[in-house]
Amino acid sequence: MANIKTIDKKSKAQSMGMHTEVLTGRTQQKFFNPDEAENFYYFGTYDVDFNKRTDLDVMNMSAPEANKEIDNLMSQGYGTIVIKNPQGKHSLGVGILNKLNLIFEGSLGYFGMGSCDGPIVRINGRVGWSCAENLMAGKVVIEKNAGSCFGAAIRGGDLICKGSVGARTGIDMKGGTIIIGGDAGAFTGFMMQRGRIIILGDVGINLGDSMYDGTIFVGGEIGSYGSDAVDSELTPSDQDWLRRKLKVAEIGEDFNVSKMKKIVAGKKLWNYDNLEPTEKKGAI
Amino acid sequence: MCGIAGLIHRGKSSNVGSELQGMLQALKHRGEDSTGYALYGDTDGKNFIMRFKVGENVGEGSSSVMEDVSVYDERKKIVDQTLAEMGAKIVKEERTLPYSLRYEIDFETKDLLDFSQRIESIPGVEILSMGKSLEVIKDLGNAKMVCDRYSLDKLVGTHAIGHARMATESGVDIKSAHPFWGYPFSDVSVVHNGQLTNYWNNRRVLENKGMRFMSECDSELIAVYIAQKMREGASLEEGMKDSLSGLDGVFTYFVATKDSLGMAKDTMAAKPLVLYESDDLVAMGSEEIAIRSVLPHEIDTYDPFDGEVKVWQI
Repeated sequence: MANIKTIDKKSKAQSMGMHTEVLTGRTQQKFFNPDEAENFYYFGTYDVDFNKRTDLDVMNMSAPEANKEIDNLMSQGYGTIVIKNPQGKHSLGVGILNKLNLIFEGSLGYFGMGSCDGPIVRINGRVGWSCAENLMAGKVVIEKNAGSCFGAAIRGGDLICKGSVGARTGIDMKGGTIIIGGDAGAFTGFMMQRGRIIILGDVGINLGDSMYDGTIFVGGEIGSYGSDAVDSELTPSDQDWLRRKLKVAEIGEDFNVSKMKKIVAGKKLWNYDNLEPTEKKGAI
Repeated sequence: MCGIAGLIHRGKSSNVGSELQGMLQALKHRGEDSTGYALYGDTDGKNFIMRFKVGENVGEGSSSVMEDVSVYDERKKIVDQTLAEMGAKIVKEERTLPYSLRYEIDFETKDLLDFSQRIESIPGVEILSMGKSLEVIKDLGNAKMVCDRYSLDKLVGTHAIGHARMATESGVDIKSAHPFWGYPFSDVSVVHNGQLTNYWNNRRVLENKGMRFMSECDSELIAVYIAQKMREGASLEEGMKDSLSGLDGVFTYFVATKDSLGMAKDTMAAKPLVLYESDDLVAMGSEEIAIRSVLPHEIDTYDPFDGEVKVWQI
């Protein structure tokens, strides 16, 4: 492999195996090659010890101050941080690119845990809009309810809400798994491109509207299907995966997954731009 | 963007002026062009309370035209004269600011339409609210500035709704600020977060039915729409449910009456709302931090779903 320090910027990303998409109208993903791991360096990451634990009271801190202090604690090697009094503040815990056990003793406002890659997070409260947006990897567990745009555009990791969530859950998601213990609002899985959503309760109108790919599993009633969202057969391997996932997520372990509905993209909207206007109408 | 907040105490009164100030101030980042309060105070219920303005705040950022205070005095005189002609007796008079007045009026009527039309036929005069409990106070600036200016922090009552405004589709002035009075209904007020796309169509229809619009703010349509439905015999909840299909666009709005508070969310759930509900208190706002200002301890809250309408009684 080429030395990434000496090659030009344009080909550096390719050399590192970071080019994952070939835009030919069908997604072709190239997965990360572990053999090239040594070439990856994440700015702002630290070696932490999960047994080294501390509390952080953010009652009188702004969100940037709190986030900076979390970063500071990680730099000191703390691998388990308990956040006290989050008080519904916005943008707490964003941009953590580390392995870390993070526990919030309370609720978060908007954009909590956004753009993270790797932490294991437990929130003993609720979260506002756009929780864990752009999550790359890790696990975020919410003990109560969540607002709209839950898990927007996530690319990986597990995002679990034990309560109910608002509208547009998993909008534009490109990977990972979202698990909802309660109900979900309208436009769940809107424009999702990959990944899986599991909803144990009911879901609102326009489920999976304009979804490009991915899978949605619903345990309860469906308000209505969105454009190009269709039923699919729930296979035994789907059921095995659901049981495993629910068990790991510590949610709905006794849930009868065999009765769940499986929704996928009808794929009539694919290659949309190649269609004439009259054909577009037919496709929809 | 705008932020809305509301709370209702069930079975007791509280310092709702101060509580709502805290909630709206927590939302000030959503807009501080103007802030408005609709407060339902404890009164003996005998007299009407009329909040009205005879001019605009022409402070920094205002889109209004400067007028001399003598013009306000002249308008006030005509209001007093008109009230006397209608047999309405001014029991108490407060002039907090040169352009903003509060009257307690001894007046017997069940239909405020004629009353309001006569008062508002005076150029430059607008009734902000009329009711036996409701007081709408709105002005330029954030929640604390308005609260301090009008000394609202000591007002005791059962419920209140308010609005922190970022002006987008109409001017920065008091007439475009929320809450809107549900003209001509006593004690009805509305706040809204969102955009209505069939404003002009609905406005033309409602104006043909005799309803009045004081601004070009799309949110005013909700107050008038609900008021018209109630005028036709619908209950508050029925009117709100009807609005889900009658109003086009994205919205979350609150309506309050003398003894109730309601919320409605559009069918796409495009605008935020966080709700806390217990046996003795309901508090809601565009963001959880608004609720946290009155309930700092850990609580269970949730987002109402798309197309949801809820109404609570005191």
